[in-house]
Amino acid sequence: MYGALWRILPGPWWVRTLILLVLLAAVLYLLYFHVFPWVFTFFAPDEESTIGGG
Amino acid sequence: MTEPSTPSEQPSRRSHRARRRPRPRATFLSVLGEILITVGVVALMYVSWHTWIGDIIISNQKHAEADALAQQWAAEAEEPEPSPTDPEPSPADPAAIPVLGDQEHGDVFGIMRIPRFGSDWKFQIASGISRPDILDQGEVGHYPDTAMPGDIGNTAYAAHRWTSGAPFDPIDKLVIGDAIVIQTKAGWYTYRFRSLEYVQDTQVQVLLPVPNQKGVEANGRYLTLTSCAPKLNMLERIVAYAVFEDFTPASEGAPASLTDGVTA
Repeated sequence: MYGALWRILPGPWWVRTLILLVLLAAVLYLLYFHVFPWVFTFFAPDEESTIGGG
Repeated sequence: MTEPSTPSEQPSRRSHRARRRPRPRATFLSVLGEILITVGVVALMYVSWHTWIGDIIISNQKHAEADALAQQWAAEAEEPEPSPTDPEPSPADPAAIPVLGDQEHGDVFGIMRIPRFGSDWKFQIASGISRPDILDQGEVGHYPDTAMPGDIGNTAYAAHRWTSGAPFDPIDKLVIGDAIVIQTKAGWYTYRFRSLEYVQDTQVQVLLPVPNQKGVEANGRYLTLTSCAPKLNMLERIVAYAVFEDFTPASEGAPASLTDGVTA
Protein backbone atom coordinates (compact mmCIF):
# COMPACT_ATOMS: atom_id res chain seq x y z
CA MET A 1 0.00 0.00 0.00
CA TYR A 2 2.51 2.62 1.12
CA GLY A 3 5.14 1.00 -1.09
CA ALA A 4 2.84 1.43 -4.09
CA LEU A 5 2.25 5.07 -3.14
CA TRP A 6 6.01 5.65 -3.07
CA ARG A 7 6.41 4.12 -6.52
CA ILE A 8 3.52 6.08 -8.01
CA LEU A 9 4.98 9.42 -6.91
CA PRO A 10 7.16 11.06 -9.58
CA GLY A 11 10.61 12.55 -9.31
CA PRO A 12 13.74 11.82 -7.30
CA TRP A 13 13.57 10.72 -3.68
CA TRP A 14 13.58 14.23 -2.22
CA VAL A 15 10.67 15.33 -4.40
CA ARG A 16 8.73 12.28 -3.31
CA THR A 17 9.56 13.00 0.32
CA LEU A 18 8.37 16.59 -0.11
CA ILE A 19 5.10 15.45 -1.70
CA LEU A 20 4.60 12.92 1.07
CA LEU A 21 5.17 15.57 3.76
CA VAL A 22 2.60 17.87 2.14
CA LEU A 23 0.16 14.96 1.88
CA LEU A 24 0.79 14.07 5.52
CA ALA A 25 0.20 17.67 6.60
CA ALA A 26 -3.08 17.75 4.67
CA VAL A 27 -4.21 14.47 6.21
CA LEU A 28 -3.30 15.66 9.72
CA TYR A 29 -5.14 18.95 9.18
CA LEU A 30 -8.27 17.14 8.00
CA LEU A 31 -8.13 14.72 10.92
CA TYR A 32 -7.47 17.21 13.71
CA PHE A 33 -9.70 20.05 12.52
CA HIS A 34 -12.59 18.22 10.88
CA VAL A 35 -12.71 14.46 11.35
CA PHE A 36 -11.93 14.26 15.07
CA PRO A 37 -14.41 16.99 16.11
CA TRP A 38 -17.00 15.16 14.05
CA VAL A 39 -16.18 11.78 15.62
CA PHE A 40 -16.31 13.44 19.03
CA THR A 41 -20.00 14.24 18.57
CA PHE A 42 -20.73 10.51 18.50
CA PHE A 43 -19.01 9.49 21.66
CA ALA A 44 -18.56 12.60 23.72
CA PRO A 45 -17.91 11.59 27.30
CA ASP A 46 -20.84 12.17 29.59
CA GLU A 47 -19.09 15.09 31.18
CA GLU A 48 -21.29 17.18 33.41
CA SER A 49 -20.12 20.48 34.79
CA THR A 50 -23.43 21.85 36.00
CA ILE A 51 -25.16 21.67 39.34
CA GLY A 52 -28.72 20.54 39.63
CA GLY A 53 -28.89 19.85 35.92
CA GLY A 54 -27.04 16.54 35.69
CA MET B 1 17.62 -10.66 6.96
CA THR B 2 18.43 -14.00 8.51
CA GLU B 3 21.65 -15.65 7.62
CA PRO B 4 21.12 -18.75 5.55
CA SER B 5 22.02 -21.91 7.39
CA THR B 6 24.21 -23.35 4.68
CA PRO B 7 27.17 -21.18 3.64
CA SER B 8 27.18 -22.66 0.15
CA GLU B 9 23.88 -20.90 -0.67
CA GLN B 10 25.19 -17.45 0.23
CA PRO B 11 27.01 -16.38 -2.95
CA SER B 12 24.28 -17.43 -5.31
CA ARG B 13 21.57 -15.66 -3.28
CA ARG B 14 23.51 -12.45 -2.98
CA SER B 15 24.24 -12.25 -6.67
CA HIS B 16 20.62 -13.11 -7.35
CA ARG B 17 19.46 -10.19 -5.19
CA ALA B 18 21.96 -7.77 -6.64
CA ARG B 19 20.92 -8.62 -10.17
CA ARG B 20 17.17 -8.46 -9.90
CA ARG B 21 16.52 -6.32 -6.77
CA PRO B 22 13.13 -7.98 -6.39
CA ARG B 23 10.63 -5.68 -4.76
CA PRO B 24 8.44 -7.18 -2.12
CA ARG B 25 5.05 -8.02 -3.52
CA ALA B 26 2.02 -6.59 -1.85
CA THR B 27 0.06 -9.47 -0.50
CA PHE B 28 -3.36 -9.46 1.10
CA LEU B 29 -1.72 -9.77 4.49
CA SER B 30 0.79 -6.96 3.96
CA VAL B 31 -1.94 -4.55 2.88
CA LEU B 32 -4.14 -5.63 5.77
CA GLY B 33 -1.20 -5.09 8.13
CA GLU B 34 -0.56 -1.60 6.82
CA ILE B 35 -4.25 -0.72 7.16
CA LEU B 36 -4.32 -2.02 10.73
CA ILE B 37 -1.19 -0.06 11.65
CA THR B 38 -2.72 3.06 10.10
CA VAL B 39 -5.94 2.60 12.04
CA GLY B 40 -3.92 2.19 15.23
CA VAL B 41 -1.91 5.35 14.61
CA VAL B 42 -5.07 7.34 13.80
CA ALA B 43 -6.71 6.04 16.98
CA LEU B 44 -3.72 7.23 19.01
CA MET B 45 -3.88 10.60 17.26
CA TYR B 46 -7.57 10.81 18.21
CA VAL B 47 -6.63 10.24 21.83
CA SER B 48 -4.06 13.03 21.59
CA TRP B 49 -6.71 15.29 20.08
CA HIS B 50 -9.34 14.38 22.65
CA THR B 51 -7.20 14.83 25.72
CA TRP B 52 -4.86 17.60 24.67
CA ILE B 53 -4.45 19.05 21.18
CA GLY B 54 -8.18 19.42 20.52
CA ASP B 55 -8.65 21.69 23.54
CA ILE B 56 -5.77 23.89 22.37
CA ILE B 57 -7.26 24.16 18.87
CA ILE B 58 -10.82 24.77 20.07
CA SER B 59 -9.90 27.21 22.83
CA ASN B 60 -7.91 29.29 20.34
CA GLN B 61 -10.89 29.33 18.00
CA LYS B 62 -13.13 30.39 20.88
CA HIS B 63 -10.72 33.15 21.94
CA ALA B 64 -10.80 34.45 18.36
CA GLU B 65 -14.60 34.36 18.31
CA ALA B 66 -14.76 36.26 21.59
CA ASP B 67 -12.26 38.79 20.26
CA ALA B 68 -14.39 39.28 17.16
CA LEU B 69 -17.48 39.86 19.30
CA ALA B 70 -15.65 42.39 21.48
CA GLN B 71 -14.46 44.25 18.39
CA GLN B 72 -17.98 44.22 16.99
CA TRP B 73 -19.26 45.79 20.21
CA ALA B 74 -16.50 48.38 20.11
CA ALA B 75 -17.36 49.24 16.51
CA GLU B 76 -21.05 49.51 17.34
CA ALA B 77 -20.29 51.73 20.32
CA GLU B 78 -18.51 54.21 18.07
CA GLU B 79 -21.69 54.81 16.13
CA PRO B 80 -23.94 56.83 18.41
CA GLU B 81 -27.03 55.14 17.07
CA PRO B 82 -29.18 54.13 20.02
CA SER B 83 -30.64 50.71 19.53
CA PRO B 84 -33.78 49.61 21.33
CA THR B 85 -32.12 46.37 22.36
CA ASP B 86 -29.33 48.17 24.20
CA PRO B 87 -29.44 47.94 27.95
CA GLU B 88 -30.38 51.36 29.21
CA PRO B 89 -28.25 52.78 31.98
CA SER B 90 -30.24 55.27 33.96
CA PRO B 91 -29.09 58.69 32.77
CA ALA B 92 -30.14 60.30 36.03
CA ASP B 93 -27.64 58.29 38.02
CA PRO B 94 -24.32 57.76 36.28
CA ALA B 95 -23.15 55.51 39.10
CA ALA B 96 -25.96 53.06 38.42
CA ILE B 97 -24.82 49.69 37.21
CA PRO B 98 -26.57 48.68 33.99
CA VAL B 99 -28.04 45.20 34.04
CA LEU B 100 -28.98 43.26 30.97
CA GLY B 101 -32.54 42.08 30.62
CA ASP B 102 -33.48 38.42 30.47
CA GLN B 103 -31.91 36.55 27.58
CA GLU B 104 -33.32 33.88 25.31
CA HIS B 105 -31.78 30.43 25.53
CA GLY B 106 -28.58 30.38 23.51
CA ASP B 107 -28.13 34.15 23.29
CA VAL B 108 -24.50 35.18 23.57
CA PHE B 109 -24.57 38.21 25.82
CA GLY B 110 -21.10 38.41 27.32
CA ILE B 111 -17.44 37.52 27.33
CA MET B 112 -15.72 36.11 30.38
CA ARG B 113 -12.09 36.99 30.99
CA ILE B 114 -9.89 35.80 33.84
CA PRO B 115 -6.38 37.28 33.70
CA ARG B 116 -5.06 34.50 35.96
CA PHE B 117 -5.70 32.03 33.13
CA GLY B 118 -3.73 34.15 30.62
CA SER B 119 -4.25 37.44 28.87
CA ASP B 120 -5.72 35.71 25.83
CA TRP B 121 -8.15 33.60 27.88
CA LYS B 122 -11.64 34.73 26.91
CA PHE B 123 -14.80 32.81 26.20
CA GLN B 124 -18.24 33.82 25.09
CA ILE B 125 -21.06 33.53 27.59
CA ALA B 126 -24.36 32.14 26.37
CA SER B 127 -27.64 31.95 28.22
CA GLY B 128 -28.43 28.40 29.30
CA ILE B 129 -26.48 25.40 30.55
CA SER B 130 -27.55 22.66 28.14
CA ARG B 131 -24.65 20.62 26.85
CA PRO B 132 -25.01 20.02 23.10
CA ASP B 133 -25.66 23.59 22.03
CA ILE B 134 -23.76 25.60 24.66
CA LEU B 135 -21.27 23.80 26.89
CA ASP B 136 -20.13 21.33 24.21
CA GLN B 137 -19.60 24.29 21.89
CA GLY B 138 -16.90 25.67 24.16
CA GLU B 139 -19.02 28.44 25.58
CA VAL B 140 -19.53 29.45 29.17
CA GLY B 141 -23.14 28.80 30.12
CA HIS B 142 -25.14 31.19 32.30
CA TYR B 143 -27.58 29.49 34.67
CA PRO B 144 -30.82 30.98 33.35
CA ASP B 145 -32.51 31.37 36.73
CA THR B 146 -29.66 33.29 38.32
CA ALA B 147 -28.96 37.00 38.26
CA MET B 148 -27.45 38.78 35.29
CA PRO B 149 -23.97 40.27 35.74
CA GLY B 150 -24.03 43.38 37.87
CA ASP B 151 -27.44 42.62 39.34
CA ILE B 152 -28.10 42.13 43.04
CA GLY B 153 -27.83 38.42 43.78
CA ASN B 154 -25.76 35.61 42.36
CA THR B 155 -24.76 35.31 38.72
CA ALA B 156 -23.74 31.70 38.04
CA TYR B 157 -21.89 30.02 35.19
CA ALA B 158 -20.87 26.53 34.13
CA ALA B 159 -18.27 25.37 31.62
CA HIS B 160 -16.33 22.26 30.73
CA ARG B 161 -13.03 21.47 32.38
CA TRP B 162 -11.82 19.25 29.58
CA THR B 163 -12.97 18.77 25.97
CA SER B 164 -14.77 21.48 24.01
CA GLY B 165 -11.95 23.94 24.61
CA ALA B 166 -11.98 23.29 28.36
CA PRO B 167 -12.73 26.89 29.43
CA PHE B 168 -12.60 26.14 33.17
CA ASP B 169 -9.64 23.75 32.99
CA PRO B 170 -7.47 25.94 35.28
CA ILE B 171 -10.30 26.82 37.71
CA ASP B 172 -8.39 25.29 40.63
CA LYS B 173 -5.49 27.68 39.96
CA LEU B 174 -7.50 30.74 41.06
CA VAL B 175 -5.98 32.78 43.86
CA ILE B 176 -7.90 34.98 46.31
CA GLY B 177 -8.41 38.41 44.77
CA ASP B 178 -8.11 37.28 41.15
CA ALA B 179 -10.26 39.27 38.77
CA ILE B 180 -13.13 37.54 37.02
CA VAL B 181 -14.33 40.02 34.43
CA ILE B 182 -17.54 39.80 32.45
CA GLN B 183 -17.72 42.06 29.45
CA THR B 184 -21.05 42.94 27.93
CA LYS B 185 -21.98 45.55 25.39
CA ALA B 186 -22.44 48.01 28.24
CA GLY B 187 -19.02 47.53 29.81
CA TRP B 188 -16.99 45.40 32.18
CA TYR B 189 -18.18 43.87 35.44
CA THR B 190 -15.26 43.02 37.67
CA TYR B 191 -15.67 40.36 40.32
CA ARG B 192 -12.97 39.22 42.74
CA PHE B 193 -12.42 35.55 43.44
CA ARG B 194 -12.88 34.52 47.08
CA SER B 195 -12.88 30.76 47.50
CA LEU B 196 -13.21 27.30 46.03
CA GLU B 197 -15.45 24.51 47.18
CA TYR B 198 -16.07 20.92 46.15
CA VAL B 199 -19.69 19.84 46.26
CA GLN B 200 -22.07 17.16 45.02
CA ASP B 201 -23.95 17.86 41.82
CA THR B 202 -27.18 18.04 43.81
CA GLN B 203 -26.09 20.95 46.03
CA VAL B 204 -28.03 23.60 44.19
CA GLN B 205 -27.68 25.97 47.14
CA VAL B 206 -24.40 27.21 45.63
CA LEU B 207 -26.59 28.98 43.08
CA LEU B 208 -28.78 30.79 45.63
CA PRO B 209 -28.89 34.61 45.53
CA VAL B 210 -26.53 34.52 48.51
CA PRO B 211 -24.60 31.30 47.84
CA ASN B 212 -25.37 28.57 50.37
CA GLN B 213 -27.65 30.86 52.44
CA LYS B 214 -31.16 29.53 52.10
CA GLY B 215 -33.96 32.05 52.47
CA VAL B 216 -31.62 35.01 52.78
CA GLU B 217 -32.40 37.99 50.63
CA ALA B 218 -29.36 39.20 48.73
CA ASN B 219 -28.10 42.72 49.21
CA GLY B 220 -24.76 42.13 47.52
CA ARG B 221 -23.56 40.96 44.14
CA TYR B 222 -22.01 37.49 43.88
CA LEU B 223 -20.66 35.28 41.15
CA THR B 224 -20.43 31.48 41.08
CA LEU B 225 -18.54 29.29 38.61
CA THR B 226 -19.13 25.55 38.45
CA SER B 227 -17.26 22.82 36.63
CA CYS B 228 -16.60 19.13 37.05
CA ALA B 229 -14.22 17.65 39.59
CA PRO B 230 -12.05 15.74 39.75
CA LYS B 231 -10.85 16.62 36.30
CA LEU B 232 -11.71 13.97 33.69
CA ASN B 233 -14.41 12.83 36.04
CA MET B 234 -17.92 13.78 37.04
CA LEU B 235 -18.20 12.49 40.56
CA GLU B 236 -18.29 15.95 42.09
CA ARG B 237 -18.34 19.60 41.11
CA ILE B 238 -15.80 22.31 41.75
CA VAL B 239 -17.29 25.69 42.62
CA ALA B 240 -15.59 29.08 42.63
CA TYR B 241 -17.15 32.04 44.42
CA ALA B 242 -16.47 35.69 43.73
CA VAL B 243 -17.84 39.04 44.89
CA PHE B 244 -18.56 42.13 42.85
CA GLU B 245 -16.02 44.91 42.81
CA ASP B 246 -17.03 47.52 40.27
CA PHE B 247 -18.43 48.30 36.85
CA THR B 248 -16.51 50.06 34.09
CA PRO B 249 -18.65 51.53 31.30
CA ALA B 250 -17.63 50.58 27.77
CA SER B 251 -16.92 54.23 27.02
CA GLU B 252 -14.12 54.29 29.61
CA GLY B 253 -12.21 51.43 28.00
CA ALA B 254 -10.91 48.23 29.48
CA PRO B 255 -10.66 48.28 33.28
CA ALA B 256 -7.39 48.02 35.17
CA SER B 257 -8.50 44.69 36.58
CA LEU B 258 -7.88 43.17 33.14
CA THR B 259 -4.49 44.68 32.49
CA ASP B 260 -3.09 44.65 36.00
CA GLY B 261 -2.13 41.07 35.41
CA VAL B 262 -2.65 38.85 38.36
CA THR B 263 -2.64 40.00 41.92
CA ALA B 264 -0.43 37.82 44.00
